[in-house]
Amino acid sequence: MKFKKLNLVLILLITILVFFALYLGMKKQNLYTTDHIVNKKMPNLISTELFTGEEKNLSKLVAKEKFTILNIWASWCAPCRSEHKHLITLSSNNNSKIVGLNYKDKIENAKSFISELGNPYDHILLDKKGFISIDIGAYGVPETYVIDNTNNKIIKKYLGPIDEFILEEIINILNS
Amino acid sequence: MKKIFTLITFSFLLLILINNSVLADNKISKVDSISKNLRCLICQGQSVYDSQSEFAISVKDLIKKKIEEGNSDNDIYEYLKNKYGNWIMYEPELDKKTLLLWILPLILFVFGGLLIFKKAFINYNKNV
Amino acid sequence: MINQLGYYSLVFCVLFSLFIITKSTRAIISKNSKFDGIYYNLVFLQLFLVLFSFFCLVFNFIVSDFSNVTVYNNSHTSKPLFYKISGVWGNHEGSLLLWLLVLILFLFLFILNSKKSENGYKLLTIVFQEVIILGFLLFIIFTSNPFEYLFPTPTEGLGLNPILQDPALAIHPPILYLGYVGTSLVFSSSLAATVNKSINSYWAKHIKKWIFASWIFLTLGIMLGSIWAYYELGWGGFWFWDPVENVSLMPWLCLTALLHSVLVLEKRNSLKNWTVILSIATFALSMSGTFLVRSGILNSIHTFANDPSRGLFILIFLFILILLAIIIYFSFEIKNPNPSNNFFWLSKETAVLINNWFMMYFLSVVLIGTLYPIFLEVISNEKISVGAPFYHKLMVPFLIPFFIFMSIGPRLKWIKDKFTKINYYQILILILSLVISYLIVEYSGVKYLFSTILISTSIFLFYSSASDLVKKNIQFPQKISHFAFSLLIISILVNGIYSKEINSNMKVGDNLTFMNKKIEFKSINFEKQDNYNLLRGYFEITEEGKIPINFQPEIRIYDQPVISTSEADIKTNLLNDNFIVFSLLKEGEVFNVRYQQKPFMIWIWISLIMLAFGGSLALIKK
Repeated sequence: MKFKKLNLVLILLITILVFFALYLGMKKQNLYTTDHIVNKKMPNLISTELFTGEEKNLSKLVAKEKFTILNIWASWCAPCRSEHKHLITLSSNNNSKIVGLNYKDKIENAKSFISELGNPYDHILLDKKGFISIDIGAYGVPETYVIDNTNNKIIKKYLGPIDEFILEEIINILNS
Repeated sequence: MKKIFTLITFSFLLLILINNSVLADNKISKVDSISKNLRCLICQGQSVYDSQSEFAISVKDLIKKKIEEGNSDNDIYEYLKNKYGNWIMYEPELDKKTLLLWILPLILFVFGGLLIFKKAFINYNKNV
Repeated sequence: MINQLGYYSLVFCVLFSLFIITKSTRAIISKNSKFDGIYYNLVFLQLFLVLFSFFCLVFNFIVSDFSNVTVYNNSHTSKPLFYKISGVWGNHEGSLLLWLLVLILFLFLFILNSKKSENGYKLLTIVFQEVIILGFLLFIIFTSNPFEYLFPTPTEGLGLNPILQDPALAIHPPILYLGYVGTSLVFSSSLAATVNKSINSYWAKHIKKWIFASWIFLTLGIMLGSIWAYYELGWGGFWFWDPVENVSLMPWLCLTALLHSVLVLEKRNSLKNWTVILSIATFALSMSGTFLVRSGILNSIHTFANDPSRGLFILIFLFILILLAIIIYFSFEIKNPNPSNNFFWLSKETAVLINNWFMMYFLSVVLIGTLYPIFLEVISNEKISVGAPFYHKLMVPFLIPFFIFMSIGPRLKWIKDKFTKINYYQILILILSLVISYLIVEYSGVKYLFSTILISTSIFLFYSSASDLVKKNIQFPQKISHFAFSLLIISILVNGIYSKEINSNMKVGDNLTFMNKKIEFKSINFEKQDNYNLLRGYFEITEEGKIPINFQPEIRIYDQPVISTSEADIKTNLLNDNFIVFSLLKEGEVFNVRYQQKPFMIWIWISLIMLAFGGSLALIKK
């Protein structure tokens, strides 16, 4: 009899625990998130520049400013067009440099994209095969990283296009 | 009876030979076998191998490059895990956090086996 | 107007449910358990109301009434009529309404079918089933009303995801629901019988029909789903260990175990508690499947529009049901099982237990593999994926002993079989074949020992189930089902081990050689269809000494919503499926072409149909 009661309590306990865990799990986002990348060191990034064709090292390009904004974009990516105006707004901020990483694009298309919509970038580096993006843990376009240059750490990463809300958040980080 | 016996023995022999020769013939490329174990992070429920998204194509190219550079399968998995977290791996590695995932089913199996053993051998003999 | 009618008939249905529950509870408490025709009439009225409501929705879909939100979100005027109708259950709201309809239909059939059963038991079953019905009714009305009104009325709908516009998938949900919902009746009835203390051979005989029926529908439903995945998703696989697939497999495994244990209950009046536990578990798994799919907790290819309140509702509802079941089980559990609960080791009873043992193990692998990532994320915030390699590693090695047990089990007799009756020479063959496999692998230097043993044991199983076909002392439906199962196993294994594929980027005019075959990409053609544009590729495969085969896979670009899908071209024969699919790459001129040769594919479907057929024979048989 005692054994049966123990069984009952045990089973009830497990059921309640399972349901509680499911309840908590339901509140979590089940899509790919960027948490694991935050606070990681930014890998060193060397690539050719779009306009000059010279080999450049990212860390040397941005040594003076406090922050780097690294934006992955491509001329074939539709959301990149919608976020472009926000990047132009950001380019007026003095605390940061904006570096564009052009993702798997044709050089002519990339150039005409910039001449059509304006150039918010201080530098544009090329990622012809997409390997650099993989190296920094990105998986598509557009994506935006905010990097603290004092310790070379990634503070924030945004998936998808920048909108008004994200713009404000980035400006707040830059001005802090 | 003897005839069937030899027949079956021979068919098994044949089967094994066929099995070995067919499988030995079947060389899947290393890129394929690695990319089959990777989740395509932007496509729902697809492996990197199955997907034709830009991300998946890049990953496959990168795997190819890394193999040519002499990296082992494990190096490549480690590299990608470092970049994207454990989520990219279809086979969760065995560590502290996934220990229960791997052994809980086995424990249950042993437990079930003991229950049946008790029913069929110990209790039965007690009652008889 | 139609919208309101549909909605209010559901609201009315709630009142009926409440009335039936109070009335039958009163009757049970007062012990005045006279079972009059009123229940029959009440449930019939309920059935009528929900059916009416369902037809309202169907009507809305057919006439494309976009003042209904569900229709607006999931339909389009240019869709063919067939897909307009199947669109009714291709979405969350409509599929729940269908679910509810089946719930009530089954209760109605139950009342029709159990005239001879005891009244107390019948009343209790009605109460439990009505509680479930009430839960679903409230769920639909409060969180997923299919008759939501939209103003101003749009002129065009958003369309149905083209990947779902497919004949197999159109009938897949209704069939699967019949299976899922059937388990609800098994659940209600087993709880009722527990309370009524009538878990016995007679009950087993009575409930067996429902178990078989659910099992048949679940088998067919899962099969339709994987046929769809096979040719529509375009990756050539039929089972991806996707969480949503797992969720349908779990109740199937549990139900298969139940199917066997209920036979022991019927023949030997034993395994009472275990059968009840399995009945409860099967239903809990079916329900949690709904929860896991609808709440968006899982990351999966199959996505329904997610709404957290829905998940919460099902979670609470499921929790209450399971709690209720546990409490009922523990308060009315059979305290002193008779000695016949212990079996001689060599008997059919033990064989059934071993079957259950393996089913439970496979179930636990799938269950833990599906839920563990959710729990781990809650506890440690870490995301992991559990995919095919995990399931294969934990399940495939266990198939070997499973096959061996399964080839011996069906031949054993009830109560006590004699050891000498076992076919020594059969076991000898098995051992011998294993030894030979080992030696050959050892000396030939080729390392495929594992797959060889796996194939050998599955052939052994096939051989013994085939020779059982002519035995007289085994029942016919059982023979068919076991034979079908062994055929299924062999086909899956051969398919899994010997499939070959190549994938490559090609332009029109390119050639590719693969295992003595030349694959030529001849041309592409652009065509316009009713609701999509298509790009047809022409491929030719030539092999020396054989007639060239032409393949015409398609890429479809749908208008509403704009989505492109790849349609594979599959040439099936008895031995192999040849499968070509191609998809567009970014550059436009280059295509990714994938050719696969999948042996024994057709036999997987044939054996599944045969499996369900065997089940139907058992259902018809008295």
